[in-house]
Amino acid sequence: MTTAVQPSADHPAGPPSGGGPGPSAAAVLLAAVRGNLRQYGMVIALAAIVVLFQIWTGGALLLPNNVSNIVQQNSYILILAMGMMIVIVAGHIDLSVGSLAAFTGAVAAVLMVQQHLHWLPALLLCLLIGAAAGAWQGFWIAYVGIPSFIVTLAGMLLFRGATQIVLAGQSLSPFPGPFQDLAQGFLPEAGPYTRYHNPSLLIGLVVVAGLLLRERRDRRRRAAHGLEVLPRSLWLAKCAAITAAVTVFTLTLASYHGVPVVLLIMCALLLGLGFVMRDAVVGRHVYALGGNRAAARLSGVRDGRVTFLVFVTMGVLAALAGCVYAARLNAGTPQAGINFELEAIAAAFIGGASMSGGIGTVFGAVIGALVLGVLNNGMSLVGIGTDHQQVIKGLVLLAAVGFDVWNKRRTGT
Amino acid sequence: MSGHEAVRTDPPVLEMRGITKKFSGVTALDGVRLSVRAGEIHAVCGENGAGKSTLMKVLSGVYPYGSYAGEIHFDGARCAFRDVRAGERRGIVIVHQELALVPCLSVAENIFLGNERARRGVIGRYETLRQASALLARVGLAEDPRSRVADLGVGKQQLVEIAKALAKDVRLLILDEPTAALNDADSEHLLELVGRLRDQGVACVLISHKLGEIRRVADTVTVLRDGRTIGTFAVRDRPGAAPSVPEERIIRAMVGRDLDHRFPPRTRYAGPDSGAPALAVERWTVRHPVDHRRKVVDGASLHVRRGEIVGLAGLVGAGRTELAMSVFGRSYGRYAGGAVRLGGRPVVLRTVPQAVAHGLAYVTEDRKTYGLNLLDTVHRNVSLAALSGLARRGVVDRHAERRAAEELRTSLGIRSRTVFEAVGRLSGGNQQKVLLGKWLLAGPEVLILDEPTRGVDVGAKYEIHAVIGQLAARGKAVLLISSELPELLGLCDRLYTMAAGRVTGELPRARASQEALMRLMTAEPPRPDGPPATRPSPTDES
Repeated sequence: MTTAVQPSADHPAGPPSGGGPGPSAAAVLLAAVRGNLRQYGMVIALAAIVVLFQIWTGGALLLPNNVSNIVQQNSYILILAMGMMIVIVAGHIDLSVGSLAAFTGAVAAVLMVQQHLHWLPALLLCLLIGAAAGAWQGFWIAYVGIPSFIVTLAGMLLFRGATQIVLAGQSLSPFPGPFQDLAQGFLPEAGPYTRYHNPSLLIGLVVVAGLLLRERRDRRRRAAHGLEVLPRSLWLAKCAAITAAVTVFTLTLASYHGVPVVLLIMCALLLGLGFVMRDAVVGRHVYALGGNRAAARLSGVRDGRVTFLVFVTMGVLAALAGCVYAARLNAGTPQAGINFELEAIAAAFIGGASMSGGIGTVFGAVIGALVLGVLNNGMSLVGIGTDHQQVIKGLVLLAAVGFDVWNKRRTGT
Repeated sequence: MSGHEAVRTDPPVLEMRGITKKFSGVTALDGVRLSVRAGEIHAVCGENGAGKSTLMKVLSGVYPYGSYAGEIHFDGARCAFRDVRAGERRGIVIVHQELALVPCLSVAENIFLGNERARRGVIGRYETLRQASALLARVGLAEDPRSRVADLGVGKQQLVEIAKALAKDVRLLILDEPTAALNDADSEHLLELVGRLRDQGVACVLISHKLGEIRRVADTVTVLRDGRTIGTFAVRDRPGAAPSVPEERIIRAMVGRDLDHRFPPRTRYAGPDSGAPALAVERWTVRHPVDHRRKVVDGASLHVRRGEIVGLAGLVGAGRTELAMSVFGRSYGRYAGGAVRLGGRPVVLRTVPQAVAHGLAYVTEDRKTYGLNLLDTVHRNVSLAALSGLARRGVVDRHAERRAAEELRTSLGIRSRTVFEAVGRLSGGNQQKVLLGKWLLAGPEVLILDEPTRGVDVGAKYEIHAVIGQLAARGKAVLLISSELPELLGLCDRLYTMAAGRVTGELPRARASQEALMRLMTAEPPRPDGPPATRPSPTDES
């Protein structure tokens, strides 16, 4: 128990500041990775999967149209995974998101296709319905005390049935064009003709600048507080890697149709939810509740209110995912969203969530969803059948969580 | 003490010699002796943490042979139990303090749990019921063996436990504080039963805090203190005689820890409102969260003034933690009456946020379950109760948060590499400081500290004592719950004692001694408000 006082083999303290003769760069890198195995692990795994399929498909994976495709294909799972991560961090689970997504997609179809409502109020109404559905489930979980597994299992049946009632068993299409753009559209082109999509290049530039500025600020603050930072050479390499990754991604998208609309939505959600979970009081309370509910309550955290809010958020995100999926399909169908909840849960766990709650980040959920998405896409490209795909995805989930368990036991936390 | 022993001549049925048990370097038992004669009730008593339960776990096989040093002889043969079942085969059965019954199974199924009346894996239902009925008759419990255990009261469940032990042909019955959760009538019934079993030849080891109870039923008493055997006394000269050992003698053996621990010097609070009332609890009553008939805290009243450190002494089950948690936003049990004043004004604290907003803090005795998020970092643990003060418009000011955490790390001497280290990696003493720091940051006027130095090394203990002294010096009011009498005597200005949910005494420091406190802590308080199993009063809520 006293290993905390002195740096030990398990937890090497980094050099107090960059530069100076110290351990070799490779050793420091290894130490940093080992200390944050979970954080880096999945990013590295994602990169490895990308490289693997890039080679295996003979370069088809990262072709511009396929990259756009991966983003759009996985958008709704990604949105769900972000919400699911918050639910799991709070120590709960939500099995109803697939059915709820189907239900809101169906309502969207009824409003726009049958009632000819303008797409914007229809979309807002759908999100409101999602919030109401989340509030309904949150009420039973937070204030009545029924386990979330049961409440959302009931919700899964309930919303699936409601979908079929609303659609009377039929598919409804087509949606108005602007609504379809939610899932299929790209940012409009502007400016003179270059070989690339101009607004996308601009966005890429802004993102690179923003990320680098954040890296620098973070490094300075850590150094100012005497925390361990990467040696300067390694840090520069990290910055270069970030720049390269974003640049390649941007150029790839820009050489096709540009940035998909749904990518902007997802980035906004990642930034917004990430900020709330990291910096807002309510986000902190979510982690505290998941980490130790009794202690959080005795510290004045309002368990009921926070849990309720978490499920309302999940409801809104499920509604958004449902609309995106309906827009992508260009139809509201009774079969929409089947097994979405399981994919979202798998993504959250691959992305580092802990079954007992209290651990996980929104960014991790995005990585987890991308791991699954790239696997799906890559395996389809090389012609692996969906039967084998299921087997492999199952094994990946088991391996990721198994690795997590092993890592925890190793470090003794 | 040997003068009494000469009277008894029966040979010992159980001999434990030189029992030493260590937990990761900490000695819990140090060469303990215990010798029990056939057909006697042998009481074992001692303060919290004296090693009673550990000794019984060694005896019953909970701690397997080899995990302790020393010898156990039972019935003339040496014992080397691999597990509890090995002990039970020899007739040594332990009934734990927390009942080990499965609530949803029937009485009969519980009695034969793990010991089923079965042939080739198929349970004989009628055989089970018949034998269960016979056992229930033996323990004097008139219940249908088919009724669910969950539907019985705690007193009856305790009898089912004993029936379960009898089903294993028990020869030595170990009861770990069997009456702690029982009301007077049920306790009386249980003790009579133990006496009857003794007459049938079942020896009994009875762990108890209640001296009155020991003097009433036990033949012999062994006192443990700090993991050592202090002495064995004959309670009465011959069976059935009036008790001859004076209570004083047992109390003196139980206490008597050395008082020469150093305590940090105190600076008196000299503010204008020094001595003004800070916390007053009046006739506070709490019922058990599940068993609503039971009053866990019964009409307790106490008060703490500004700048004062007031101790609350009591043995396990006295209701100290329950009182504190109930006052702190009704975090325990069912409120059944009583009032709280803070700073002289009556307040109603229905939730923890209300309690915190009124300047009350409760630092739990169980930091792992109720105190800390072990997964999270030091700085996010200390800020949790004070987040609203560290945030603007719902967004945490991370700089202010880190600064506050760093200041606490320095002022409390929390030894972590950084404030970003996970609390789960710290030592017990440092975790305790983090917990204390969390509540200091919340800026309370009144602090209830529940066993703030439990499981903490000597150095950290001194530092925590210093912090408590500084709090009082700055005019805070401190209610200190502790099981260590020297700590209470070394720190407190005034002391209360509790036993069985009631406040049994109030002493100024000058008149308090370990013996005086222990006498009040082991007293069986009168129950002036009639039979204990009263109906919930109309003031009962939720």
